[in-house]
Amino acid sequence: MVLTPEQVRHIAKLARVALRDDEVEKLSTQLTNIFQYMEILDEVDTKDILPTSQVTGLQNVTRVDEVKSWVSREDLLGCTELPLEQNQIRVKPVFGE
Amino acid sequence: MSSLASLTIRELSDGFDAKKFSATEVAQATLEQMRAHNASLNAYVLTMEEGALSMAAAADVRIAAGRKLSFLDGVPCGLKDIFSTKGARTTACSKILSNFVPPYDATTVSMLRDAGAVFVGKTNLDEFACGGSSEHSCFGVTKNPWNLEKVAGGSSGGSAAAVAGDMAAFALGTDTGGSIRLPASLCSVVGLKVTYGRVSRSGVISMASSLDTIGAFAKTVQDAAMVLQEIAGHDVRDSTTPPVEVPDYSKNLAKGVKGLRIGLPKEYFTDGVDPQVQKILMDAADVYRKMGAEVSETSLPMTKYGVAIYYIIMPAELSTNLSRFDGIRYGSIPKDVGETLQDMYYHVRGEGFGDEIKRRIMIGTYVLSAGYFDAFYLKAQKVRTLLRQDFENVFQKFDVLLTPVSPFPAWGIGEKANDPLAMYLADALTIPSSMVGIPGLSVPCGFTKSGLPVGMQLLAPQFAEPLLFQVASAYEQQTSWHTNKPYRL
Repeated sequence: MVLTPEQVRHIAKLARVALRDDEVEKLSTQLTNIFQYMEILDEVDTKDILPTSQVTGLQNVTRVDEVKSWVSREDLLGCTELPLEQNQIRVKPVFGE
Repeated sequence: MSSLASLTIRELSDGFDAKKFSATEVAQATLEQMRAHNASLNAYVLTMEEGALSMAAAADVRIAAGRKLSFLDGVPCGLKDIFSTKGARTTACSKILSNFVPPYDATTVSMLRDAGAVFVGKTNLDEFACGGSSEHSCFGVTKNPWNLEKVAGGSSGGSAAAVAGDMAAFALGTDTGGSIRLPASLCSVVGLKVTYGRVSRSGVISMASSLDTIGAFAKTVQDAAMVLQEIAGHDVRDSTTPPVEVPDYSKNLAKGVKGLRIGLPKEYFTDGVDPQVQKILMDAADVYRKMGAEVSETSLPMTKYGVAIYYIIMPAELSTNLSRFDGIRYGSIPKDVGETLQDMYYHVRGEGFGDEIKRRIMIGTYVLSAGYFDAFYLKAQKVRTLLRQDFENVFQKFDVLLTPVSPFPAWGIGEKANDPLAMYLADALTIPSSMVGIPGLSVPCGFTKSGLPVGMQLLAPQFAEPLLFQVASAYEQQTSWHTNKPYRL
């Protein structure tokens, strides 16, 4: 299996990560190697095997639905570098001009 | 070398009780050790000198009044810089969080505060805990206290080096695929990876949510048990912590191993494992035989698929968790981020994440993308089931398993930098147990001819930490590896 630079660019777009051209080239080689290594899994017969997504065995964990004060709004808003407006974070427009 | 900084938790606690020294003196000695050696080791990325001295002073008041909060009261502690600490910068050693000051403490951090521990600093790690060498840190590599040209291991390399270098009595770390056990082995300290869900993950920046565990580095097995005592248990803020009773972890430490069945899985002793490491492990097995344990070979046939399924499932979960880092609610943003929100995402993430994180986000995004989900992600989850069955079978016949932690001793800084796959294989012997959520302990068990530490890994069924401490403690009482110190320090 080969991951072409074109595919790398497509995945980077899905992942919302800007890559430089030299990064695209390098990742194309490295990811190809890594995915070729994973072909080892083709050896394993997994017919009728159920997938494991977690190991605790817990199901439907619930708690009492009650309001508790935790971190203040001011403290949380204090974490952003972007400008604030009426207790909201002002971001770039979703659509360009 | 300052002797107060080299003491174990047990020795410190007893010394406080006997009024031999104060918590303030211990904190000063530890900070002194950090001033002397951190520049060369780079174990800490943030020193909390002022806070440490005020925490120590508060501990001294309690100790004088006979109101100690726990065995950890007044004991110096390092925190991997992925644990949120209220008011103290927490970066995950990533450029994207270089200015982040959390507004709250991780649950484990607040539990340690309640136990009286003295926080001396935040330790170095591979960015977002992704790596086996601590080389992928925006603060630079942590060096191995035993040989400054070698890596300390990762991802919790800073915590391991801090404890090995007497810059903390103990330190917290995280272990997702080996990130506590591997550096513990490479630096000759005890490293505890708990059962998945035993310790709350709340407030620890997530890597792979079905695998992440919180654990500790310590100088002895008993110390590790004492730390776990303070941080284990159900947390309402982490719904993956089962309501399993927290036992007395120090209760069985003197019980010995007579009659216990110890398995040596042959897949952990293959040609890929350094012959010196194999020999040292065989010597450790003999120590157990002499103590009356029944030691014999066994098999975990799915072992060789561990790395492949880990590097599908972990990046899938990682890329999902890291999607929250977009520079908006927290994190630092570059000056020019373009015109639209979309542009901003690309720039913030492209410039804020390091190479290894980008690589793993790419793997994760690919295996979860339309058309590839079944072939990679679902397939890996099915093999994960087979891996669990492997361990279930073997624990029918054995109480614990004994294996190497790392296939080889500490490697040279930069040696695996251009070969990510070679780096991934360093975790080949710790990954399978992570995938099935069982606890593991890395215990110092010898040195190579060139003086590099080797650790043994003990594995037990879910929630059998007391048994791990029992088996490890028996070995520690028969041997003196854990008392060796890097001569430079």
